[in-house]
Amino acid sequence: MKVTLSNSDYLRNFDRFISSLDFSDPEHLYIYSHPKWINVHPAVLALIVVMAMRAGKQNVMFENLTATSGSYLDRMGLFEFTHQESPYTIQKKEESGRFIPVTVIKNSTEQSRFITDMIPLLHLPADKTDAIKYTVGELLRNVLEHSESTNGAIVAAQYYKKSNTIRIGICDSGIGIKKSLQQYWASRSKTDIEAIKWAMVPGISGTTRKEGGTEDNAGAGLFFIKSIAQIARSYFMIYSGSGIYKLLLHDKRIEKPRLHPDPDDDRHSERNDAPYLQGALVAIDLSLENKSEFTQLLSAIREVYGRAVRDRKRKKYKEPKFI
Amino acid sequence: MLIEVKDLAGDFAENKDVAKKLRLNKIMPTLADGEEIVLDFSGVSGTTQSFIHALLSEPIRQFRDVALEKIKYKNCSDVVREVIKTVYEYMQESLDSESYEE
Repeated sequence: MKVTLSNSDYLRNFDRFISSLDFSDPEHLYIYSHPKWINVHPAVLALIVVMAMRAGKQNVMFENLTATSGSYLDRMGLFEFTHQESPYTIQKKEESGRFIPVTVIKNSTEQSRFITDMIPLLHLPADKTDAIKYTVGELLRNVLEHSESTNGAIVAAQYYKKSNTIRIGICDSGIGIKKSLQQYWASRSKTDIEAIKWAMVPGISGTTRKEGGTEDNAGAGLFFIKSIAQIARSYFMIYSGSGIYKLLLHDKRIEKPRLHPDPDDDRHSERNDAPYLQGALVAIDLSLENKSEFTQLLSAIREVYGRAVRDRKRKKYKEPKFI
Repeated sequence: MLIEVKDLAGDFAENKDVAKKLRLNKIMPTLADGEEIVLDFSGVSGTTQSFIHALLSEPIRQFRDVALEKIKYKNCSDVVREVIKTVYEYMQESLDSESYEE
């Protein structure tokens, strides 16, 4: 496997990073990097850790790691997953807070502890934390419940003061979204991108076809996260198998963007020819600039969700037979 | 019956295993006895839709009006209130339609 770290691996231009990926030869991982500057999204680090776990510590090799900014990889804990030692000397106290190193979450107890601990690490004001806790909680839970990943969920995050944005990446090496939908939604998940989009429709769960879901799953998680990202004017991306769906930013002049139950109706980019990723990678850039309260956001989501269920119900109504 | 949610789920209620235990061990048996339940969310700043779904969807589906009448909520933050309203709404909308048809 090969991965190349550049000087701008952000969600806006993530395609370039994706095109550098090579998942062949899963027993070796070669990490190449820009010789002068490395700037990567936490999702990149989460993905690298998944690849490193697959290859095994001994088989992870960094090539030409010369950029001074590469110390960020050390600070984020990447060398914990490699046999190769870090060439950097960092003071762990530097920039205390503001980032969450790569962390492995294997069960709901670890998830709860992580969510409790992450907010103090990020040093964020209390009124901005609900959306973050919500997003991370639901994404981690998705992995633990549906991915069947033996390595659990790999998560990393970074706060950027200048843009007042938190970037979060969560990756797993499980069965992928397409396979998790196959039992109940085979006709809606023929390709990876179809499956990704279907998983974002409100009320669609991989565990049932029943409206309202099962006692444990409603099929609302990804729709909520996409909606939170959309209202906060944030990037949101899901990559699984060969499919990638990326929610694009709406026009700044639009104060209240419309939420859509169908992800096809959102401004987005998609492809179904990416290098095949076993599992799933979810990345989000959550802007904390948004003035509206999290409760208003939830209220807007509730309205759209309710409308989607009603519309689906209405489609099943029998028409009167006028003769 | 009064249930202090924070004691079991912490100040951000997201652990579905906790929700499931509460549902199976407290909420369902209490409703089966026709008793009232008060869920006290004091000290809980927020929650997730999946936590509230795991807590309430089955009681609503199984006990319908009894659940809607007998379960009461106390000291809810605005976030908790919104999430509960969401689950109430879609659960009631979906009570009479069993499965999704294409």
